[in-house]
Amino acid sequence: MPLIEIRDLHFYRGDRAIFKGVDLDIYRGKVTAIMGPSGTGKTTLLKLIGGQLVPDQGTIKVDGQDVHRLPHAQLYELRKRMGMLFQSGALLTDISVFDNVAFPLREHTNLPESMIQDLVSMKLQAVGLRNAKELMPAELSGGMARRVALARAVALDPMMIMYDEPFTGQDPISMGTLVNLIKRINQSMGLTSIVVSHDLEETMAIADEIYLLSGGKVIERGTPDTLQDSSSEWVKQFVEGLPDGPVPFHFPGMSFEDDLLNRKAVK
Amino acid sequence: MGTIQRLGQWAIGTSERLGRGYLFLMAILAGIPGSLFRFSLVIQQIYSVGVLSVLLILISGLFVGMVLGLQGYNTLVDFGAEESLGVMVSLSLVRELGPVVSALLFAGRAGSALTAEIGLMKSTEQLSGMEMMAVDPIRRVITPRFLAGFISLPFLAAIFSAVGILGGYLVGYGLLGVDDGAFWTQMQTKTDWYDDILNGVIKSIVFGFVVTWIALFEGHDAIPTSEGVGRATTRTVVHSAFAILGLDFVLTALMFGDV
Repeated sequence: MPLIEIRDLHFYRGDRAIFKGVDLDIYRGKVTAIMGPSGTGKTTLLKLIGGQLVPDQGTIKVDGQDVHRLPHAQLYELRKRMGMLFQSGALLTDISVFDNVAFPLREHTNLPESMIQDLVSMKLQAVGLRNAKELMPAELSGGMARRVALARAVALDPMMIMYDEPFTGQDPISMGTLVNLIKRINQSMGLTSIVVSHDLEETMAIADEIYLLSGGKVIERGTPDTLQDSSSEWVKQFVEGLPDGPVPFHFPGMSFEDDLLNRKAVK
Repeated sequence: MGTIQRLGQWAIGTSERLGRGYLFLMAILAGIPGSLFRFSLVIQQIYSVGVLSVLLILISGLFVGMVLGLQGYNTLVDFGAEESLGVMVSLSLVRELGPVVSALLFAGRAGSALTAEIGLMKSTEQLSGMEMMAVDPIRRVITPRFLAGFISLPFLAAIFSAVGILGGYLVGYGLLGVDDGAFWTQMQTKTDWYDDILNGVIKSIVFGFVVTWIALFEGHDAIPTSEGVGRATTRTVVHSAFAILGLDFVLTALMFGDV
């Protein structure tokens, strides 16, 4: 049984359909990647799974619980078992690295301060930033901030973790570090990971399964190898990074010829 | 048709915002019992919005009191009533200027800072991050700030009035030669605890409630961009000023209308 089951998901922003009937399963212990061009609603999907947004139609079940039918208190209980790594890191800027990682522990447990110190040190050690615990978030690089956010996301030992564009804007060293961390933490903590990304190489390197989204639907699903060998034009365009194809280079509208001719006619 | 449509859109938009503001207030009020159990969070915010505003209040109060002393003396002396300067200064401050000016200063200093802080927390996904850590941002971030503003303003207004009276005394006695004893005695006999001081305190409690609510709502409702946060901060100052002055009229009419 999958950890997350999404059925017939419809979601609209105003009149614009973001999802038009998405079905998706995320299995326990796996790294599942959700990929697709910018603006396909990948981050929106994570917010729907976390219960921060409500779908217009369809259901999302996490560990057998229908996220959007849960009362407030139960939703917050479920979230304690869900970690999320935001693209920006979303660290609290007025407290130190140590206090950021300690934040969920202090909010949700009554552990003595000495134990919190030990737990935070362990989490920071896992992401290689134990010696940066006194720094403030403004003193961290983008990659370091994401690693701190990762340590914070796993502070309560969740059952799953959602990564929102973890590789965007990272230098090759940070990128490699994050790729390794996601894979290693998933294995060592027995997590289920969902990685939302459009960084193909890095995501394919760690994903067990990939869903490709476009136009509000799942276009393709498979392992990295099956997607590499896919005959679908859309998948080929995405995997090979071709500028034109099923996803057009030009924004839809009047053709260039009509545009030129019409302008002449106006003159 | 375009104008009517725009008017309709404006009316719908405004009603929608008022509704959101009301729901936001209800969520804050629901979080108050929890905040009382974690009062250290409120104390931190009292320092930030209240204690750090004291210097501004002290300096402004002193100057307002000194100006009141000068202006009041010039009017009273024509009637030979310059010894009533203490009453005039104290009643003006305790009934009106203390609550109103300190609330306006509070909106400019602490209100705008609260809006910018909450707006930036929203735009940098800190509030979303808290939600995903199963920490309710309304209870953890908003309610302690609301209580802090609500508690701080009456104290700031009291400090403003006290320093203002001192300013009026310094000008009246030190500069213009008003009788020392008459200044304090008349003030003490003519300033009533209930009618004047308590009503002034009630005003500042109402202003503290409204200004902090507006500031926090504007921050929480801000469009999460730098421009959005900037606009929200401006709206906080403008809407707070309107609310303070409008409510001051209503409260004055209720409290002193039959005097």
